[in-house]
Amino acid sequence: MAQENKLITLENITKKYGGQVVLDDLNLYIRENEFLTLLGPSGCGKTTTLRIIGGFETPDTGRVIFDGQDITNLPPNKRQLNTVFQKYALFTHMTIAENIAFGLKIKKKSKQYIQDKIDYALKLVNLDGFGKRMPDSLSGGQQQRIAIARAIVNEPKVLLLDEPLGALDLKLRQDMQYELIRLKNELGITFVYVTHDQEEALTMSDTIMVMNQGYIQQIGSPEMIYNEPKNAFVADFIGESNIIGATMIQDRLVEILGAKFACVDEGFGTNQPVDVVIRPEDVDLVEPEQGTIQGVVTSLIFKGVHYEMEVEANGFTWLVHSTDLSPVGKQVGIKVDPFDIQIMNKPESEDEEAVGINE
Amino acid sequence: MNKREGRLAKQNKLRQLLLSSPYVLWSIGFIILPLVMVVYYGLTSRDGGGFTLENLKLIWEPTHRATLILSVQLSVISTILCLLIAYPLALALRSLRLKSNGFVILLFMLPMWMNFLLRTIAWQNILEKNGVINMLLSAVGLPKLNIINTPTAIVLGMVYDFLPFMIIPIYNVLSKIGDDVIQAAADLGANYFQILWRVILPLSKPGIVSGLTMVFVPSLTTFVISDILGGGNILLIGKVIEQKFKMANDWNAGCGLSLVLMVFIFICMAIVQKYDKDSEGTSVW
Repeated sequence: MAQENKLITLENITKKYGGQVVLDDLNLYIRENEFLTLLGPSGCGKTTTLRIIGGFETPDTGRVIFDGQDITNLPPNKRQLNTVFQKYALFTHMTIAENIAFGLKIKKKSKQYIQDKIDYALKLVNLDGFGKRMPDSLSGGQQQRIAIARAIVNEPKVLLLDEPLGALDLKLRQDMQYELIRLKNELGITFVYVTHDQEEALTMSDTIMVMNQGYIQQIGSPEMIYNEPKNAFVADFIGESNIIGATMIQDRLVEILGAKFACVDEGFGTNQPVDVVIRPEDVDLVEPEQGTIQGVVTSLIFKGVHYEMEVEANGFTWLVHSTDLSPVGKQVGIKVDPFDIQIMNKPESEDEEAVGINE
Repeated sequence: MNKREGRLAKQNKLRQLLLSSPYVLWSIGFIILPLVMVVYYGLTSRDGGGFTLENLKLIWEPTHRATLILSVQLSVISTILCLLIAYPLALALRSLRLKSNGFVILLFMLPMWMNFLLRTIAWQNILEKNGVINMLLSAVGLPKLNIINTPTAIVLGMVYDFLPFMIIPIYNVLSKIGDDVIQAAADLGANYFQILWRVILPLSKPGIVSGLTMVFVPSLTTFVISDILGGGNILLIGKVIEQKFKMANDWNAGCGLSLVLMVFIFICMAIVQKYDKDSEGTSVW
């Protein structure tokens, strides 16, 4: 597990491009040996954050602390971290072995050392014997693994990955996710990973930082982010969800669409308007008389592992995932276990809704 | 293959033939035929028309040999100067990250649209004994320079006239190198000089090779520049060939010398390209 040792700290980072604020007073620390994922839609500032850590961008204000030292103005070639780029960025005029050796030759390591490192790295990424080939002759997945090998032979303390699987097809992407987890465990270094793919983030990360419009929305473990989203943006972005306006009647009791549901949340006050998040797989379809509210199934799609159904009930279309089939037109009851109801404060103004500061 | 497919294939072939015929005719009429004529004249004697190598051997005459050597010297110097000027310029242009490439191309094409002779004559006026440079020099009390009618003037003219041919191919390859590749090199610890030497330079080699070709060949064969800026004092191989045709009316000798020059250029280019291929993929450093 991640140690409590802060390796990188970002302090009050602000970045503007031509008047547009990309990052606004961002604070973040990254622990040693952590797999941190920066997750968010395009334009949320996740890549800019990564590039500031990598040294390719300088923040307008704020500091970057690496291992106790201020590296805000240090150029990339002086930083003890390496980056894996989205489009691999391999040197097409060099062989695979030369690509991997690039950083080591710059550092003037001995021939033997470099050769050992090349062999080791190629084995690590399962591309043994590819050393003499040119990058163009490799598939996208293979090229990306070479890009990773080229970065890790330099023994960085931190590996920055900028949507490294973005250009790969689904099957390959899934394989590479496991590959990356294995690599991370074998190398024992810190990974900072940028993606817009929530499934990728949930699969690999120790910690996920959800960003939107230059602000951090929520930081936490994948379980926490998924089960206890802090606001509607996070709930909506991570997985599918039913987000419903509701009223918190008292501690542990919430009124959703006119019906009272038991829940486990406390401290929201009495008769307060709130948002509730209920995951589709947490909605149980039962006989009408057993449900808290009643509705009718309006659509049914087979998704492989489960069925996806839409249930019209009390004026809201509920998204339901279940392995049990309920045919279209069937009258059903809806039941939700108390701990599956996640209560969130409503944003107080339009502005806050946009940036998601609703604590 | 059934009948229908067979007929379709036949139609396709016919269409291909029809569509390509203008280009085939063009190539035959304006490339192959003239080449055949040059080879024919070059390899036959002037009086009888029989086969001979005399026209080719002309190049070995001391005066012609000296002319060829001087021509090669001047064009090599011009080509190298062009490269030295064009490469940093193209690098600077790349780092400007101009949105439209068209503007840059225009910038360097614009002087080329001006008449070639006009540009060269303009240089003559600038370099003359009582030209712009010497007027400025004497105005501030400095001794006059004697540039016109020297090899320096010819090199200057060649560099000025052929520089765009070097800049454009180099700029083209440079602008295709992704920023992420350069950032990757920086990320792996390379400083600017190392990035330039180990990544940008090798990646831009195709542009350099094509620039070298496009400057070296016209420099070696030009006679207008040496005529105007060399004042007839300095004889280059292009001028010699021109004289064979025009003054001596000896087409056979002119074609013979042209052939030798062609083969010479061909060999030069083959060497450059071979070096380019050889170094590809192997350890340059």
